[in-house]
Amino acid sequence: MTELDVSLTVNGQRRLARVEPRKTLADLLRQDLGLTGTHLGCEHGVCGSCTVLVDGLAVRSCLMFGVQADGSEVTTVEGLAGDEPGSLGPLQRAFWETHGLQCGFCTPGFVVSVTAFLEECPDPDDEQIREALSGNLCRCTGYQGIIRGVRLAARLRREEQEARA
Amino acid sequence: MSAGEAAARWVGQSVKRREDPRLLAGRGRYVDDVVMPGMAHAAFVRSPVARGTVRGVNTSAAAGLPGVVAVFTAADLNEPGRPFWKTMIGPAGQPPHRLLAEHDVRFAGDIVALVVAESRYLAEDGAELVDVDIDPLPPVLDPASAAGGAPLVHPERDTNLADELPEMPRPDVDRVFASAAHVITETFEQHRYLPVPMECRGVVASWDRWSDRLELVISGQGVHEVRLFYSRYFGVPEDRIRVVMGDVGGSFGQKVFPVNDEIAVVAAARKLGRPVKWIEDRSENLIAGGHARDQSMRVEFALDADGALLAARTHLVENVGAFPASGSGSMLLAATAVFPGPYRLAAYAGSGQAFFTNTCSRCAYRGPWMIETTAREQMMDVAAAELGIDPLELRRRNVIRPGDLPFTTAVGVTYDAISPAQTLEQAAELIEYDKFRAFQRQAREDGRLVGIGMSLYIEPLGAPGILATEAATIRVEPSGTVNVLMGTGSHGQSLETTIVQVVADYLGAALDDVHLIQGDTAATPYGPGTAGSRSAAIASGAAQQASVTMRQRVLAIAAAMMEANPADLTMTDSRITVAGDPDAGLALKEVAAAAYLSPASLPPGTPAGLEVAERYQAPMLNFSNAAHACTVEVDRATGVVRILRYVVSEDCGNMINPMVVEGQIAGGVVQGIGGVFYEHMIYDPDGNPLTTTFLDYLLPTAAEVPDLEYGHVVTPGPTPGGYKGMGEGGAIASPAALVNAVRDALAPLGVRVTSQPLTPDRIAALMAGIT
Repeated sequence: MTELDVSLTVNGQRRLARVEPRKTLADLLRQDLGLTGTHLGCEHGVCGSCTVLVDGLAVRSCLMFGVQADGSEVTTVEGLAGDEPGSLGPLQRAFWETHGLQCGFCTPGFVVSVTAFLEECPDPDDEQIREALSGNLCRCTGYQGIIRGVRLAARLRREEQEARA
Repeated sequence: MSAGEAAARWVGQSVKRREDPRLLAGRGRYVDDVVMPGMAHAAFVRSPVARGTVRGVNTSAAAGLPGVVAVFTAADLNEPGRPFWKTMIGPAGQPPHRLLAEHDVRFAGDIVALVVAESRYLAEDGAELVDVDIDPLPPVLDPASAAGGAPLVHPERDTNLADELPEMPRPDVDRVFASAAHVITETFEQHRYLPVPMECRGVVASWDRWSDRLELVISGQGVHEVRLFYSRYFGVPEDRIRVVMGDVGGSFGQKVFPVNDEIAVVAAARKLGRPVKWIEDRSENLIAGGHARDQSMRVEFALDADGALLAARTHLVENVGAFPASGSGSMLLAATAVFPGPYRLAAYAGSGQAFFTNTCSRCAYRGPWMIETTAREQMMDVAAAELGIDPLELRRRNVIRPGDLPFTTAVGVTYDAISPAQTLEQAAELIEYDKFRAFQRQAREDGRLVGIGMSLYIEPLGAPGILATEAATIRVEPSGTVNVLMGTGSHGQSLETTIVQVVADYLGAALDDVHLIQGDTAATPYGPGTAGSRSAAIASGAAQQASVTMRQRVLAIAAAMMEANPADLTMTDSRITVAGDPDAGLALKEVAAAAYLSPASLPPGTPAGLEVAERYQAPMLNFSNAAHACTVEVDRATGVVRILRYVVSEDCGNMINPMVVEGQIAGGVVQGIGGVFYEHMIYDPDGNPLTTTFLDYLLPTAAEVPDLEYGHVVTPGPTPGGYKGMGEGGAIASPAALVNAVRDALAPLGVRVTSQPLTPDRIAALMAGIT
């Protein structure tokens, strides 16, 4: 099958790949760019584990072809960690604090989805949080620590923004 | 404090998890993240029908596709007589074994061919080109149709009966029934629902031809039994096999045993002499990855006029599918052994039958025997209604009380160090039981359907045979870093954190100095892996025992270095100090340096280096217990159930990390919520699986679960740290509590609820009087 060149910005870096048009964005990220933090839990767009940001919007990378991301800015879970070795972003720190993960397989999808959600809705109530999380599946936590993590992350995020202002 | 004693500093604290930063940053290493040089990719061709005769499998088009490396069928990979068993289970009592279907297919999903190609995309292209010619035959799908003269699932056998616990003459039980004031009989059905780890199965197998060595990366529950299994299966000595597992995206029992799909990939890698990766996709996982539950239990209770439970009989019927995983094929004995539960039940007789069917095979799933709690706890509510006693009151009259302990059940199991009465009262208090009953009276007058349900259980942590022991090797490295090497198999259980907490305390090391190394047969001592709620309780015993020995070793060397009496020394936070002389002290790393670098300076009889290896043997039985209570409201118009509150009071003994304990409870409870209200693996009358994606097989989301509330009663268990198993309890007890709450909500309508799932359409039908 003919391969096509794809040029995209991933986590702030310009990356090039040559892929078959049928290759999903998830597989391009994982196999061609070595970003294995994006996970595949169903490959039919339900579980949300493969969620990445494409031009700022949360996208199921299993439902998008890699070639469709040509020219886009993509952020994966790896790009949401801090710059220093071992450092984490505010949402990741919140999930750490609240036991928002057990096996960790669905976690990258939650982290990316919630990042987009808090961008849109910085001060959510519980109903909004539950609705926002309902697009991602977790089998270990019963969502308890995840919901607490989003509450805490929203607070941390607001505090950080206030500190910066 | 003297040598051997340590301060409880980290044990009992909700220490943040060591695993989390890498997983949160997307830096974990799951099986699909592993890439080997020259690696090829596998995809399976599976039977589209439940039962049929294989007329032919034409692989030529697939084999001719550029990029396809090989296409394997039964003739290539099936080798008769392979020993197919796990140490724990033994070779007997298994269904017939073959890797790939040869002359016939026995469930929709049975493997017919394996395509290996340069990429997964190409492997799937090749799989589509394999032409399978099958003459369908009428399948056997459930126990009712599997009995008698039904077609045989396995023609090698003369019956579809997979296992039987026969009804034995029990005049003692019969006498009680004959004279009891009340005899009640009901049958409870539990539908088929599945473990569904978010990461599907997968394996990367590299079999080097020249050295005849197998390197295997798995997604499983432990590495050592897997190595032993493949050693037996292929007749290769264990030293030529290395099994590694990195991060594992959940399992809940499904991945505990090697299965045909994985073995076929290993066999293909051996034939090809190049690494092969297979990552199960979600539809494969739902169709063929292993199913669970799918049982019914008839329960008979004999009670006296005051509601004392005098005797019980049960009959369990199970659908175990075509090729039940070893050890999971029948829960007849396990469920019967556990049935008496938390009640003073003096006379009991259990029997049952398990049937092979042309459906996906039974696998282990979080509390595989839990039908006993689902049935018993519903029966308590049915009996309470029959006798006109409140279900909480009926439980109070029968629950085992502290004064009853040690208590030997009707099947001869002796409980000690449990607290069912205390957790019952704590749950009732937390859920504000009496207040809810008052609210319910008012709500019913207003036409609302609200209900409350409870469920009690005793969770056995059994340690028979190889499950009895766990080993820890502790190495204080020359730099003072403490490496703990164990044969554990964490896949979400947080052992990298909890084991480290135990070692930090009992060794006296700084938490950050201690690290758990697991999941590699080349580095760690034998351990059976995580299963049966054993890891925290049993692995911690090994960690604690080895830590105490290591501490004595360190203090003996330190005493010589400081010219002090070892009994006057203590170590905390990796620092050794002398009683009464706060200024004198040594760092653990100084002792470590001396132990390795100046062996001549060590006291006589002290071994050089700092390495301790010990194996801990656990008591045969260790019981935790809990009481669940929840309240629900049923929407009269839609049949939708909303969970108002959910409370768990549990006693798992001393808690190493309460945050982790509550996380395990929450995960289990929500799997029960899924099982009761959403999840259902459905076959059509021809044996075609219908729920093959997450659009049809529905998992609960954050929108469907309430904030869970917890209470803890602490009765230390018989392990060195007083810990008990608690990984499965949430999933064991929650279904009965939820069904009881719905039954209670629907009580004004006179509706009889005895089966699940309680989907809105099912509840609407019940409310409309359609059964």
